[in-house]
Amino acid sequence: MKRRTLLLLLLGAGAALAQKSDARVVRITARKFEFSPAEVTLKSGEPVLFELSTEDVAMGFSAAQLNLHAEIVPGQVTRVPFTPGRPGRFEYICDVFCGEGHEDMAGVINIEA
Amino acid sequence: MQAVNRRNFLRIAGLGGVVFASGLARAAGAYAAAQEEFFFVQLSDTHWGFQGAPNPDALVTLPKAIQAVNALDPQPDFIVFTGDLTHTTDDPAERRRRLKEFQEVISKLAVRNLRFMPGEHDASLDRGAAYSELFGATHYSFEHKGVHFIALDNVSDPAARIGEEQLAWLKSDLEGQPAEARIVVLTHRPLFPLYPQWDWATRDGDKAIELLMPHRNVTVFYGHIHQEHHYRTGHIEHHSAKSLIFPLPAPGSVPKRVPLAWDPAQPYRGLGFRQIEAEAQPVEYKISELPVVGKA
Repeated sequence: MKRRTLLLLLLGAGAALAQKSDARVVRITARKFEFSPAEVTLKSGEPVLFELSTEDVAMGFSAAQLNLHAEIVPGQVTRVPFTPGRPGRFEYICDVFCGEGHEDMAGVINIEA
Repeated sequence: MQAVNRRNFLRIAGLGGVVFASGLARAAGAYAAAQEEFFFVQLSDTHWGFQGAPNPDALVTLPKAIQAVNALDPQPDFIVFTGDLTHTTDDPAERRRRLKEFQEVISKLAVRNLRFMPGEHDASLDRGAAYSELFGATHYSFEHKGVHFIALDNVSDPAARIGEEQLAWLKSDLEGQPAEARIVVLTHRPLFPLYPQWDWATRDGDKAIELLMPHRNVTVFYGHIHQEHHYRTGHIEHHSAKSLIFPLPAPGSVPKRVPLAWDPAQPYRGLGFRQIEAEAQPVEYKISELPVVGKA
């Protein structure tokens, strides 16, 4: 099976799973050198589907404490299913070096009980 | 994987912050006896081109460090720069200008045996193109007086991967080394996940460590985190160096990874370079942390 076909199937499966489980879609857009929205609030135990995109260059989306890692490629939507666990405030960063403001590019995921 | 217990593995001697990384003295006697002793100097994270409050003396910090290195007596066999030679810029022409200016500044070093590797500030935005034009290969190995040095590039991929091609090269390079060989790895980012929340990691660093594990005498010297740090994965020790532009906070000690403020009362505090004495019998590396000027 070609890699692209497999990727499309996997993305489709992720979307189908999100639809089936009524996962809330959380869209985050990256651009040099910020995420929008920079802060999102989720509910513990409530599945969500992150839809990540970039307006300019390749970016990363990494919340190490939540074991969330994804690369965001221009022209594509990266879908990441996630079920929040313990409540708290967790920072996420861009971990694909993207330019002069890269080291300040971060956001926050709030998980409420 | 564990933090190096300084009491057990590092012996502090003197006011200059001299430490002996002595936990790895496992070389076969006959092999080690045939080796020579020497010392080299590690400079890191010079960030040439940086402008900002964390270092209002950015234009003279590196020249002062060069004066300090030139004052060492005896002089080191060679000097290695472990990445982030320049501060990043989105402008490719400006990147080349900074790299060339860095070359001019360090041409004042009396020692001419110089080794370089890129940091993400030098190489991540163009996958090492400008760096390679001016400094050559981003990964390589060389021999020096019985020690096999390996420079690994974990920055040309902006996602901080060494990559399968370079890992295959590393595997091939190590196949030529006996298990008891004295091996020193030079790299920019930590090969282990020191603090991924601040991007202080190499995504596939575990694969490099796995390849190094069969070798009994491996020590890693790196930069990136702008502070001295000592760690151990199995029998492999990892020693990060101070920067020559601004210090960063200890991993996870504050909410944000922001430079420590410049203190006019103590300029250059937290900055410095290191001298590393490679001793053959037993195999150990005596690390002396040295200040840019005055006390570190």
